[in-house]
Amino acid sequence: MNLDLMRKLTDARGVSGQEEEAREVILAAIDGHVEDVRVDALGNVLARKPGARGADLPRVLVTAHMDEIGFMLRSIDNDGLLRVYPVGGVDARILPGLRVSVGPAGVPGVFVWKPIHLGREQRTVALDNLRIDIGASDRAGAAAHAKPGDMITFPGEFTTIGDGVVRGKALDNRAGCALLVELLQGDPLPCDLLVAFTTQEEIGLRGASVVVEALQPDLAIVLESTPAHDLPDLAADPDEGIAFNPSTRQGAGPVITVMDTRVIVDPRLLRWLRATADAEGIPHQIKSAHGGGNDAGAIHVAGSGVPTAAISMPARYVHGPAALLRVSDFEHSLALLRAALNSVSPALLAHD
Amino acid sequence: MNALIRKLVEAWGPSGYEHQVRRLIQEEVADLVDDMRVDALGNLICRVGSGGKRVMVSAHMDEIGVMALFAEPQSGYLRFDPIGGLLNSSLAGNRVRFENGATGVIGVYDSFGRGRTSVPALSDFYIDVSDGNGGAVPAGSPAGFWREFETRGTRIIAKSLDDRIGCVVAIEALRKLKREAPNEVHFVFSVQEEVGLRGARTAAYGIDPELGIALDVTATGDELRNRKMAVALGGGAAIKVHDTGLVVPPAIVSWMENCAREHGIPTQRELLSGGRTDASVIQSARAGVPSGCISIPCRFLHTTSETADIRDVQACIDLLHALLSAPIDL
Amino acid sequence: MFELNAHLREMVEAHAPSGHEGPLRDYLSGVWAPLADELSTDGLGSLIASKRPTREQQPSLRIMLAAHMDEIGLMVREVVDGFISLHRISGVDNRVLPAQAVLVHGRRPLPGLVAAKPPHMLPMAERERYEPMDHLLVDVGLEPAEVEDLVQPGDLITQDAPMIELQNGRLAGKAMDDRASVAALTVCLQQLQTLQHGHEVCAVATAQEETGLLGARTAAWRVKPDIAIALDVDFAVQPGVEADNSVELGKGPALPVGPNFHRKLGERLRATAKRHEIPLQGGVISGASGTDAWAIQVARAGVPTALLGIPVRNMHSPVETLDPRDIERAGRLLALFIAEVEGDFLPAAARKGDTP
Repeated sequence: MNLDLMRKLTDARGVSGQEEEAREVILAAIDGHVEDVRVDALGNVLARKPGARGADLPRVLVTAHMDEIGFMLRSIDNDGLLRVYPVGGVDARILPGLRVSVGPAGVPGVFVWKPIHLGREQRTVALDNLRIDIGASDRAGAAAHAKPGDMITFPGEFTTIGDGVVRGKALDNRAGCALLVELLQGDPLPCDLLVAFTTQEEIGLRGASVVVEALQPDLAIVLESTPAHDLPDLAADPDEGIAFNPSTRQGAGPVITVMDTRVIVDPRLLRWLRATADAEGIPHQIKSAHGGGNDAGAIHVAGSGVPTAAISMPARYVHGPAALLRVSDFEHSLALLRAALNSVSPALLAHD
Repeated sequence: MNALIRKLVEAWGPSGYEHQVRRLIQEEVADLVDDMRVDALGNLICRVGSGGKRVMVSAHMDEIGVMALFAEPQSGYLRFDPIGGLLNSSLAGNRVRFENGATGVIGVYDSFGRGRTSVPALSDFYIDVSDGNGGAVPAGSPAGFWREFETRGTRIIAKSLDDRIGCVVAIEALRKLKREAPNEVHFVFSVQEEVGLRGARTAAYGIDPELGIALDVTATGDELRNRKMAVALGGGAAIKVHDTGLVVPPAIVSWMENCAREHGIPTQRELLSGGRTDASVIQSARAGVPSGCISIPCRFLHTTSETADIRDVQACIDLLHALLSAPIDL
Repeated sequence: MFELNAHLREMVEAHAPSGHEGPLRDYLSGVWAPLADELSTDGLGSLIASKRPTREQQPSLRIMLAAHMDEIGLMVREVVDGFISLHRISGVDNRVLPAQAVLVHGRRPLPGLVAAKPPHMLPMAERERYEPMDHLLVDVGLEPAEVEDLVQPGDLITQDAPMIELQNGRLAGKAMDDRASVAALTVCLQQLQTLQHGHEVCAVATAQEETGLLGARTAAWRVKPDIAIALDVDFAVQPGVEADNSVELGKGPALPVGPNFHRKLGERLRATAKRHEIPLQGGVISGASGTDAWAIQVARAGVPTALLGIPVRNMHSPVETLDPRDIERAGRLLALFIAEVEGDFLPAAARKGDTP
């Protein structure tokens, strides 16, 4: 893992629809490694990396989304506090007391919360009742620093902690972006790679839904970060023998999706990825999630259909201000991706 | 026809894993179509006839089911995710079948207590796949429900009538057409309908039809204390007027009704709340495709004892055949 | 002489719910034909009026304007003892139905009323709750046998609500959502008769917005625009609607920001409005806008898209209320923007998602 790249990517601020900073980091990092680079109407970065035997092999689209969850400034109250709308799947429970960066200049602010005098104290607070304080004493004071529509993110404070773990905001999905950048910076592959760094995944897989029309791939692989589902269940009765779904654990290698709410991964691609990982001795895990979805959901049903798989890195605390990712999971994901792409063949797409 | 129905409804094919059903249908229609292909998502697309309008007829091959997540470390019971819209009220005691033929039985927490009187959450269910010798079903294995086909008079009772009976309607209409149609008709046996109409969407994009017709089951208004609607079992082919995802263009409703009247085929109008068919996504392909739907009335949908009436099935076959054997002027 | 109020009255008093836009499409074809070079439809019945450039300009864009012509509506579910039960096609609010006048489109149009049980007869608990759609019935004043003869499941039921004029020129009626915006497209086409323009314009009255933005999606596929501007009604301030996320009647169209909208396109529209002193309001939409703009943005390989909102009160009721000056302003802004906008105001790649 290129730590400097990961730092730049995760510290870049870019909620859905305002991905400029992340896009600039990516454009600079892939410069010289790809051809036909362009930015489309939704802000997706599209590119191509020709393969040594491109004409004979299926064209593979590899994507990672650039956007992160966060907020948009909704309005400013008379007392100078900011109201916000969520952008994507924000978890309002964790917000009170968190620090944020407001607007293009990243003005520091904190989440306060409107005291609730009625009801039980343990009830979570809706985002509608939360405000951000940037230290302004009235509306005009706040308006000098921020205006409706401005993005609000968690502050970027990338660091390494523990043993081989990186911590940063927006690892969902700048980690996927980093993986794709490192793939592109590496040696050429046999097949043609079509590349999309997508926008607006967090608000409905929007960017990804137009890239198939532009790139016309034969199959696709989506690179993602997925919530590691490996915390001890403190409420569980240890004698009962009922386990918490352990299907995504940090440190257990790349997560290969079987199914989520938006896609059932093509059994041919699933077999291919699992066989590749087994053959290469790469630790991996499979995931089926009743909740959630990623760009694979939009890509596989675009146009006449694109067989699509997803490889995700298990990360703890995604959608919060600081997520944790193991370097080994990143490296194993990159190894799996490379090995799989090196083995792409027309036979891969033969129907059962 | 019952032999074909039995073969298809008893076939294994949860959403995303329709290959066994597809193979059966390929064998069945091989001599009835001008050509066939399988598209990127696995839809089977069979063309018959030429000239006239380019028509897409769609019936879905997939069925609801479960996906094995992981085995409980101590007990070995399987945890699962739903594939499609499972009815929690009908799960306990039901059997599922994995691709290798292994059978599982669904259990539920507190079955003689809370589980007896109230409908449990999906997370309260688990599957027993033990074989007494330590055999296991790996995580990531899909399964379909298992139940044998039965008849009772004109009633047919089976799992997966939704929508293998639609596939039967398509196949039997093909048989009647004898490869003669004044229109270019693409019969699509679609995948992944139960998880969001995914297959028909890409098939429609690829075919670029001028007219779409879905064949699917619909609920009836003649179950007790169920959602109210006018459709009755045995009331004839149901011509869809509206459902949650489709306003059928009035010209298509009249076309179907007039054709049925000419041929003396019994029909009824269908207005469905809380349901969609492949027609919903066919209509929004590319620049838009006027689309309708012929529905087979069916009781107890998404249970292992879906119940239809063979006379309604025949009416649907006759109607589809009549519609496709004449030039279409819409 | 074009008369906006009369045009709007023709449209909002027409009966054309989602998927049954025929009457409105016919009327509008008559109005738009002399204003455009070509009329066409998409597969779902959206009406597309294309107007070619009237002067040379390079690069020349194809600009799609979209407003939906369908209205919310109901169908006959069943006839029950001479009463008619209801099936919802789209967006009808069961809470405003009791005692409303409706039209049942049976073998002949039948004026009817949604039955409202006398409050005296209701237990207190029921008086405090709105009747669900399932329990509402329409009374057309005929004997059961006659109703059975004239009405069948699937017949349309629409609101029977003539447009009325309130003080200050404000108007109230059904289906202002979104025929107010369609009227703005007509205003735009009118103004383009005298303004020279170097871009092609495709004004689209979309079908089936209320059933899932369907017509916008298919029309955008057909039109293949370089940029698009959708118009829809926006929530105007009224009791119960928070002032900080709504707009005011008569203060101009709203031009919201958010991921659904291309920022440069929004800025360019705002610049045109400023130059011509057309008042505009703002707005923030942080995700799905729920308008045709949401579908158009992801049509084909992606389309830079903006949204103009016409402030309306009492949305999805038979008395949607607006100030027609906002319609005129929206139409004029569109025409001036089309006449003035540079063909290269967006970077090239963002203009056309062409296939490599």
